[in-house]
Amino acid sequence: MSTVVLLTLTGLGLAALYFLVASGLALVFGLADVLNFAHGLFLSVGAYGTWWASDHLPGAGPSGWGFVLAVVFGVVCGTVVAALVELVLIRPLYRRTIEQVLVTVGLSLAGVALLQASWGSDPKPYPRPQWTQQLTSIAGARVPNDRFLLIGAAVAVLAGLLAFLKYTRIGLVIRAGVEDRSMVTALGIDVRRAFTLVFAIGGAAAALAGALGGVYAGSISPTGGSSLLIFGFIVVVIGGMGSVTGAAYAAVAVGLLQQFVNYNWSGLGDICVVALLAVVLLVRPQGITGKVATS
Amino acid sequence: MNILEIGELSVRIAGSHILQGVTFGVAPHGVTALLGRNGVGKTTTLKAVLGLLPPKAELAGDVRLAGAPITRQPTHRLVRDGLGYVPEDRGVFGGLTVAENLRLAERPGGDPDYNRVYGLFPELHRRGRQRAGTLSGGQQQMLAIGRVLLNPNRLLLIDEPTKGLAPKVVSEVAAALHAVAQVVPMLLVEQNLAVVRRLAQDAVVIANGRVAYTGRANDLLDYTEKTKALLGVGKGEHA
Repeated sequence: MSTVVLLTLTGLGLAALYFLVASGLALVFGLADVLNFAHGLFLSVGAYGTWWASDHLPGAGPSGWGFVLAVVFGVVCGTVVAALVELVLIRPLYRRTIEQVLVTVGLSLAGVALLQASWGSDPKPYPRPQWTQQLTSIAGARVPNDRFLLIGAAVAVLAGLLAFLKYTRIGLVIRAGVEDRSMVTALGIDVRRAFTLVFAIGGAAAALAGALGGVYAGSISPTGGSSLLIFGFIVVVIGGMGSVTGAAYAAVAVGLLQQFVNYNWSGLGDICVVALLAVVLLVRPQGITGKVATS
Repeated sequence: MNILEIGELSVRIAGSHILQGVTFGVAPHGVTALLGRNGVGKTTTLKAVLGLLPPKAELAGDVRLAGAPITRQPTHRLVRDGLGYVPEDRGVFGGLTVAENLRLAERPGGDPDYNRVYGLFPELHRRGRQRAGTLSGGQQQMLAIGRVLLNPNRLLLIDEPTKGLAPKVVSEVAAALHAVAQVVPMLLVEQNLAVVRRLAQDAVVIANGRVAYTGRANDLLDYTEKTKALLGVGKGEHA
């Protein structure tokens, strides 16, 4: 029983990371039809921003409110980078899909190279508040607290995103734009303004994944964003392009599957996730929820 | 002066020369019907006016709204300038509720005229919380028309509003459009010639990528030979 609890909570922690990466990807693809391979860069910026801030930013540090400030700094960095990427690189390329892919792939490679040039390619020890290292007993299982941090952050982001999409004017525009972008413009709405916001939201969520992923892994490296991005894409495809709720369901499925399979058959978890992706593509190619922004 | 002037409009999409110098005007009052057989470019004409053609479409010609050139202006700006559009497939957002569909059409700082919309289509008020995707075809059409009527318009572009609707609903939609046309001019693409006869004063027929007829709608519809030659049907039938 305790093993099941530990595996479940660890799987949900991993799912939380996948969701944070995938939610932004899903919204960006759903609204703007942009397959953003540079999304992993936002994650790395968040991780490195937090790591840098904990040492250098006045008031920030590796624990307590200092760590919260460091995370906020990392998230702001990721948000700004994402908004700039949309404004400077993506905006001139809307309706030019091949060029978008080339630019975002190039940017992700350049981002990794830039991080390596700045701080080296070796993993860096990551600041982790002490309480995240401590264990909490649940049903006989001793669960590291960082799992609860990840799950709590993902639930908060999910609730915030759904409330934003449901109760704000711009959220309404995004939901409609995911369904039919040209019809939104035919109602007199400049939908491109929403693109920048969606990129910024996606960048913020990815940067938070980077910041909290460092706590989970204990270290960060320039290629960490790319590794998580692969699972982010898988989650988006399984959940349904453009669906935040679908991304949440799919992230939970992928995280739990990976953990339980890896526990029983070491190393087979990733293969099972790819198999799940193949089954979804064959049986329900539109994903769990299809192309709808909220449900 | 016409509210809309289209001059030498040419559209080429993926090598197909759909419109080849289409020229006509839309009167500042009443309904002008845009007619033609399937696939002659009626919808393409509306989309060209609104800037909704596919990215790789080649567009040439001159379009003027109340005398001002509007060719290649962004769609959202044209709509805010008073071009209301109801597309052929209705374009309602199925995942949003009826109320949300209407709220989306509100203009920031504008004064949405819900009384007018609910006066014409009381059904929309009753079904405000229902998802638009679960409405019947007629209700969706009412929502699509109601959405553009929330705001003041200088011209409505309405594409096949009765397509696929039951006869009773066709009559309701036609009655609503008739009421709307008393207030705002309309360029109407319509295959149902009975509806055209009921609503339109003027008619434009496109054939082979060019304008084949402009004039009074009744003159065209009363002249069975001409109707058959241009539209392939007799009066009262569907084109």
